[in-house]
Amino acid sequence: MVSSSLEELSLTADVLIVGGGMAGTWAATSAAQAGAKVVLVDKGYCGTSGVTAAAGPGHWWVPPDPPGARDAAVANRVAAGLGLGEAEWMYRILDQTWRTLPTLARYYKFGVDDEGRVNHRAVRGPEYMRALRQQVLGHGVTVLDHSPVLELLARSDGSIGGARGLRRQDGGRSYRIEAGAVILAAGGTSFLSHLLGSHTNTGDGYLMAAEAGAEMSGMEFTAAYTIAPAHSTMTRSMAYSFATYYDAEGRELDLPFGPDQTIHLARALQRGPVYCSLHRLPDDIKARLHTISPNVPLVFDRWGIDPYRDRFEVTLHNDGTIRGIGGVRVFDTDGTTSVPGLFVAGDNASREKVAGAISGGGNVNSAWALSSGVFAGRAAARVARSAARRTERLQPLGRTGLRPGGRPQTLDVAAIRSSVRAEMHPFDKNLFRTGPGLAASSRILEDLWSEVADRGHAGTIALREAASLVATARWSVATAAVRNESRGLHRREDFPAQDPGLAARLLSGGLERIQVALDRPSAAARPGQLEAVP
Amino acid sequence: MIELIVAERCTDCGACIEVCPANVLDPGRGGPPILARVEDCQTCFMCELYCRADAIYVAPDCGRRVAVSEAEVLASGRLGRYRKHSGWDEWAEQFPNEQWLMETVFRRAGEAAAQARAERPAAAKE
Repeated sequence: MVSSSLEELSLTADVLIVGGGMAGTWAATSAAQAGAKVVLVDKGYCGTSGVTAAAGPGHWWVPPDPPGARDAAVANRVAAGLGLGEAEWMYRILDQTWRTLPTLARYYKFGVDDEGRVNHRAVRGPEYMRALRQQVLGHGVTVLDHSPVLELLARSDGSIGGARGLRRQDGGRSYRIEAGAVILAAGGTSFLSHLLGSHTNTGDGYLMAAEAGAEMSGMEFTAAYTIAPAHSTMTRSMAYSFATYYDAEGRELDLPFGPDQTIHLARALQRGPVYCSLHRLPDDIKARLHTISPNVPLVFDRWGIDPYRDRFEVTLHNDGTIRGIGGVRVFDTDGTTSVPGLFVAGDNASREKVAGAISGGGNVNSAWALSSGVFAGRAAARVARSAARRTERLQPLGRTGLRPGGRPQTLDVAAIRSSVRAEMHPFDKNLFRTGPGLAASSRILEDLWSEVADRGHAGTIALREAASLVATARWSVATAAVRNESRGLHRREDFPAQDPGLAARLLSGGLERIQVALDRPSAAARPGQLEAVP
Repeated sequence: MIELIVAERCTDCGACIEVCPANVLDPGRGGPPILARVEDCQTCFMCELYCRADAIYVAPDCGRRVAVSEAEVLASGRLGRYRKHSGWDEWAEQFPNEQWLMETVFRRAGEAAAQARAERPAAAKE
């Protein structure tokens, strides 16, 4: 345990928000507008933390007029979602995004296109997150930066009443926040790939939700990958829509732009290094690339590469649950979980009902982060208001990495992180999945989990992050092993076709033992209960 | 990963320490911030954007440390270019945020790919 002589910082709030990315900041604003006293804590710095700040989100954006446009967009998405999407949820996030995003104009200067029209939907990450931070502060929200949460706190009835963590730029001083309701907006995880901006997204929100009793949904959909120049984090794919690819002998590869390009690229990378040239990018875009995505050309510039003439090596980074889909199971667009007092938003929540079985890409994911944040903020404020103020002793819920089940021992956190990466990144394990391969990954991850659960006691952020990574990888692998078919992002080499019997969502959960179950809508089903998969 | 803070440019404002999402930097003792935990750097370039003194250099290499020469970096003109092209602070009027063009690029790429597909069978017949 990081020891500190400083006295614990103790705060109370109506709504506590864990995570200061896109979903967390929209949630904070929404809760504050609903009259709640809000505290937002971020592991890093609200404004630069998370994947939005380094990227350029385009929101799913369909104006209400003409009325048929949304119907068409939703119908297309339902079809593309391969049975896992729900039209009603899509309509709700489309509408909320369209209403809410322009309200940021006080803090964000929306772009104006060459015809003089304001474009609200495509925003640049650093400026967007800077604006969202300013908006949050403008609403009187208390922001604690560099204050990672270690664990949630529960009331005697199991409802969530706060969280505990460390102030890492304040001598490791511990803090404790009691709140009427808690929103987890701690992001997803790329399993420590070099996906831009994702290195601190270690799935902490999933582990904490599971410790509170929530289950996951869609965790098998963790096989989205994004292109980047080799050895870089620059997973900005726009310019690659005009890329030309070559093998090590300089032969051009047949990798046409389209939905299957990543799969073909991964197959090519399995055979050997792949090189790329961006010479086909239209000249007018080349001339403006630095004002569209300023961080894209800077990588080439610093390496002395002319991407429009030279061939540079490329790689694919795993997007995990970030451009993937899975997360904590939610019962409504407001992020209601099976745990009273606990809400989730953004990547922390399962996105299946708005994205289906395919990646939400930037569009749907951003619309989900924004609107689930807005809805959750409002709902949490309502719950907090109605919750009678009780002074009762809160129980800490953290286990793995904090309170070992066996004899404590110092663990090699770097080795644990490497082991998770080794199971969750290679194409032959995570993208082109097989039953035996998943079983082998499962054995390794089970051993890792036992080691951390039985021995881990440091109570450091790093160890809790490692526990979260292992937990998330376990749910992902276990669910992928049950989905004996290929559907959307989930691809099984031994089951290449879709199985109509599996056109349903898969729930997963459990810490000591993992359970996976079909999510069957039935009157008898109760939240929080997992049935065995037949 | 972050490789350099140019001492002669650093104003010791502390912004990089505060905004680094991975908590890589510690305050220096009477000098620029210390690169205390470079191995935690996620190569997101956020520190550069928030450094009004243009004193920070992040190498694009994310999985490996690289040797960086301060003299070369200073001479290269690369310090501060990200902040400049992003139109931050004093550059606001000269470099507009054209992120809205992104969708146009994807649309044009889709059209070009569709055209290539349409032309391909004809080429195969020849």
